[in-house]
Amino acid sequence: MNPQDWIALASIVTAGLTMGLGSIGPALGEGRAVAAALEAMSRQPDAANTITRTLFVGVAMVESTAIYCLVIALILLFANPLMP
Amino acid sequence: MNPFPSEVWRVGAFVITDSMVATVVLTMVLLAGGRLALAFEGARRTLETIYDVLENAVVSMTTANVRPLVPLILTQWLFLGAANLVGLIPGLKSPTRDLSLAAALAAIAFVAGHVHAYRKRGLSYLRQYISPNPLLLPLNILGEATRTLALALRLFGNMLSGTLVGAIVVALAGLLVPVPLMLLSVLTAVVQAYIFGVLTLVFAASSLETAERSRNPKGEAS
Repeated sequence: MNPQDWIALASIVTAGLTMGLGSIGPALGEGRAVAAALEAMSRQPDAANTITRTLFVGVAMVESTAIYCLVIALILLFANPLMP
Repeated sequence: MNPFPSEVWRVGAFVITDSMVATVVLTMVLLAGGRLALAFEGARRTLETIYDVLENAVVSMTTANVRPLVPLILTQWLFLGAANLVGLIPGLKSPTRDLSLAAALAAIAFVAGHVHAYRKRGLSYLRQYISPNPLLLPLNILGEATRTLALALRLFGNMLSGTLVGAIVVALAGLLVPVPLMLLSVLTAVVQAYIFGVLTLVFAASSLETAERSRNPKGEAS
């Protein structure tokens, strides 16, 4: 294998690792957020609208860390600066 | 099927991509639809009622005075909702999967928040960057930059990942298999449009609220 192949191999493996490891945190965080929101809604059904709205915004914010990982993985796969 | 923005034609050094064409066409269709609806009494009245309801919903989301931003946020919802959902039509791709469009929309949101804060507070709104302490100035500026970047990347990443997953599943499994994934991307499209508007509002309101708090440290927004 020449150096280009090694770079391609490392990029592909790293892209997979990025997505896999990078999804763990947001997944746990989103699970906790949804669980807390469900608990709050069952205690106070009147506030369900506000809670749902805040939950959506919060989940989208938490998810953005996973999206950053996706962007990094996409850069590694499709716009890799080291590969010609 | 290439999920990335592709070149349609080229004018000198200026490359016109399919997402630019889609953006312009979509804007024109939405504008023409709005103009057409205004010509009919019944449609106009329905739209006005919808606008009233949405305006009250948006204004009641925060305690800060954000009424001047309501048209921008409703426009973002309408445009992003349409732009994200356009990707579900076979043969068309949603223009928001292009980072350029997402970044442009985030820049609009950024400028709108600052202009609104300037109009409400004058230049003293900049005091939010040195509150609670001038030592935090670099961190505040960094926070401002990253949240705008995050706004763009969130929309771009969500929409591109939807398109990408669809393209990969079509290539691997064949026709009609990605339909459940497309149903999921309907949800993503609507939620991302909603989130984008709400985050624009929240960022604008938070800078106003910080300005109010630093001007009037006992709390109690005026």
